[in-house]
Amino acid sequence: MEALWFAIASLMLAAYAILDGFDFGAGVLHRVVARTDEERKVVLAAIGPVWDGNEVWLIAAGGVLFMAFPRAYSAAFSGFYMPLMMVLWLLILRGISIEFRLHADNPIGRELWDSVFSLASALLAIVLGAAIGNVARGVPVDANGEFVAPLFTNFLASGRCGVLDWYTVLVGLFALILLAAHGALYLAWKTAGPVHDRAWRLAGVLWRVVVPLWLAATAATSWVQWEIFANLIARPWSWLLVAVMVAGLVGVVQFMRQGRELAAFLSSCGFMLGVLGATMAGNYPYWLRSTLDPAYGLTAAGTAASAHGLRLALAWWIPGILLAVGYFCYLFRSMRGKVNQEIPAQRV
Amino acid sequence: MDQVFWHRIQFIITVTYHYLFPQLTMGLALLIVVMKGLSLKNRDALYNESARFWARIFGLNFAMGVVTGIPLEFQFGTNWSRFSDYAGDVIGQTLAMEGVFAFFLESAFLGLFLYGERKLSARGHFAAAFALFLGSWISGYFIIATNAFMQHPVGYTLGEDGRLHLADFAAFVLNPWALWQYAHNMAASVLTAGFVVAAVGAYWSLMGKHARHARVNLRLGMITAAVSSVLLVFPTGDEHGKMVARHQPATLAAMEGVFQGGPFAELAIIGQPDVAARKLENPIVLPGMLSFLAYGTFGSVVQGIDDFPEADRPGNIELLYYAYHIMAGLGTLFMLTAAVGGFLLWKGRLERTRWMLWILLLAFPFPYIATTAGWWTAELGRQPWIVYGLLRTEAGGSSSVHPGNVVFSILGFSGLYILLSFLFVDHLRRQIVAGPEPSGSH
Ligand code: HDD
Ligand code: HEM
Ligand code: HEM
Repeated sequence: MEALWFAIASLMLAAYAILDGFDFGAGVLHRVVARTDEERKVVLAAIGPVWDGNEVWLIAAGGVLFMAFPRAYSAAFSGFYMPLMMVLWLLILRGISIEFRLHADNPIGRELWDSVFSLASALLAIVLGAAIGNVARGVPVDANGEFVAPLFTNFLASGRCGVLDWYTVLVGLFALILLAAHGALYLAWKTAGPVHDRAWRLAGVLWRVVVPLWLAATAATSWVQWEIFANLIARPWSWLLVAVMVAGLVGVVQFMRQGRELAAFLSSCGFMLGVLGATMAGNYPYWLRSTLDPAYGLTAAGTAASAHGLRLALAWWIPGILLAVGYFCYLFRSMRGKVNQEIPAQRV
Repeated sequence: MDQVFWHRIQFIITVTYHYLFPQLTMGLALLIVVMKGLSLKNRDALYNESARFWARIFGLNFAMGVVTGIPLEFQFGTNWSRFSDYAGDVIGQTLAMEGVFAFFLESAFLGLFLYGERKLSARGHFAAAFALFLGSWISGYFIIATNAFMQHPVGYTLGEDGRLHLADFAAFVLNPWALWQYAHNMAASVLTAGFVVAAVGAYWSLMGKHARHARVNLRLGMITAAVSSVLLVFPTGDEHGKMVARHQPATLAAMEGVFQGGPFAELAIIGQPDVAARKLENPIVLPGMLSFLAYGTFGSVVQGIDDFPEADRPGNIELLYYAYHIMAGLGTLFMLTAAVGGFLLWKGRLERTRWMLWILLLAFPFPYIATTAGWWTAELGRQPWIVYGLLRTEAGGSSSVHPGNVVFSILGFSGLYILLSFLFVDHLRRQIVAGPEPSGSH
């Protein structure tokens, strides 16, 4: 039961990273791909109908984590107190900058909100990567199952390490470029005109940087936490996730060469799913490893809610998530087609 | 200073601020559905333009609700980790269900509603508004059910590991406390929307602008306010009060400023509690009324604060007493206002009665004050428990987080929220001054 909920929560977190990931990416590139006010509105209209829904994956994943693994939730969230507060402030700034930008009536206001939006998106992308880096590396969980993660200590990825060290910063950088590349493909698919052309060109450049960074991050992970790889090798079912990752990357390259925008974007989703899925699969049974003593780590079984609650929750989670997926399919279908310069004005 | 002091301060600030937004959106969602429905039925662009105007206000409020809501969910882990550890098995259910069943629905259809008018048929757009309404009301239920468990825990067992476990899902989700709390709270939310819509109508009327839209808003707002102000007091406020009397007698005593208990307890309309002297100063009372309202007969015994051990009494009796009286007092005034406004509307004189328009224009902050006061009553009244009768608030905070960090994040939230308030009010003001756009100007 815990294994199933571990998979469910991981999957929901991955869905969040993939979906809000393209919003972050669009945000990072916002000021680069769109120069004039009309073009900026095109970018915002491309993510406008979906960004809030995408963010709900974070809320829902958080809720599921809280429900299924209350001990992991409370230890991890209080341990990462300061970094999480900063994430919250960034999420607030990013969310409101989209809304206030739409209603801003002078160029300075628009310029300001565009910049806040880009900066907050970029920082969030880095933080997201660093968070995954922390999961892979582990944190100083003590014998009580608690920890306090300082922002940074000596930048070594072991012992009493902080949230940021050379390894997690590297993963953060990888995430920043990956999400930008992912967002570029989304914009290329969803927009027309100059925004589309710039995004498409940028996507080509960015994916060329993603590949070496991906190799570097993978190598670094094997150096910092070999166990993830050992687990992956020992669990043949997880090879599927590795296959999805590789296929996704090949797909991106292949489809970009053929000029197929949607297929390239979907491959990019597949690549991210593979990267995140393989990391979590290799990390199982741990939610958070301890860098002090492996026995202190927070495992799925050690932090799970009672079996009765988990079984019950499955009965509502399955129909609930099917409904949610249904809404999203309907939303994307209803909003299908490219955003061009006339559409943004149709926001009520 | 007790260990959870700063955690409490931060939670008070962030939750009170957050609730200002959903309070409007939940009620407004209902009114938008009504406007969309009227425009479908009457094939009249007027209602649709009104709906579109309010959808813009809704969008802004919704964005604020989302960004200020996420910190609350996080704070269960960051600030109240021992509470989450203790009760997460149970309340995790409703919090997770809120995300899966309500927020997905609400946010997906909000996107469709705001951006999709050209892409959907008129019926389809109405359906999107309805889904939005449904999502926000479901979300209200799940969060209230969470809070109701903290007020009146049911459907759990205490495990050998010293934590609460879910025992009876149906009992937990259908907590009788939650049902009345939800009804009362939603009535308050609808009342808020009614007063806000009426205030905008009154503003346009006074300015002599958008006359037809002003009329729609005044009419819809007044009817809504009249109905909900009655429902707020009876049956929902009354029944919610009986719940408190039955399950949290110490809270009731403090809310009413009853220090020494007994039969034929008097209901104080006005008075100041003097905790040191253990009595109510300058009271104006209705004899026997409190016994009757709380337990159904004038002779019923109402326990006083002094009947409870020191450690089980709410800590801040004065604030609790005033908060409760502000809510109930304003409730009476709302009924009065709505009755007068409704009468003028019925006579067809409302738009020309300038003093009443001024009252309606200036009335809109008061539902916010009443609701905040109501929540403070509920939450201060629950003290010293974080889960009533089971876990004390002082045992619920995160022990590993240094108070200095919390002070720092309080400063961060305060600064950010002050900034947001200015921006929000400025944007709202501009929207209201600009008024609805006639159809076809897009
Ligand atoms: C416009 C807002 C508003 C108005 C006019 C009223 N209320 Fe209220 N009340 C709320 C808004 C509210 C609230 C904010 O929505 C609360 C807080 C918790 C909840 O579910 O509803 C609440 C809670 C609340 C409680 C629970 C306190 C606790 O849990 O300890 C009681 C007993 C009442 N109310 C009773 C009344 C009575 C008798 C009223 C009329 C005279 C009244 N309320 C008017
Ligand atoms: C319905 C969902 C809500 C939940 C689950 C909830 C939960 C909590 C929690 C966990 C605390 C901290 C522990 C404590 O001090 O007892 C708290 C305290 C508090 N909350 Fe709520 N709350 C909710 C709604 C609200 C709203 C809408 C308001 C205000 C408008 C509010 C006002 C307060 C106040 C004033 C306190 C401080 C009480 C004190 O520490 O003395 N709450 N609540
Ligand atoms: C401790 C208490 C609370 C927590 C943890 C909480 C959590 C959240 C979260 C995470 C969101 C963002 C969801 C989104 O993206 O749509 C949100 C928004 C919302 N919350 Fe709260 N909330 C609390 C109190 C309340 C209360 C008391 C109500 C009302 C009964 C409420 C009703 C809503 C609604 C309707 C929204 C949708 C946004 C909007 O319409 O403005 N919340 N809340």
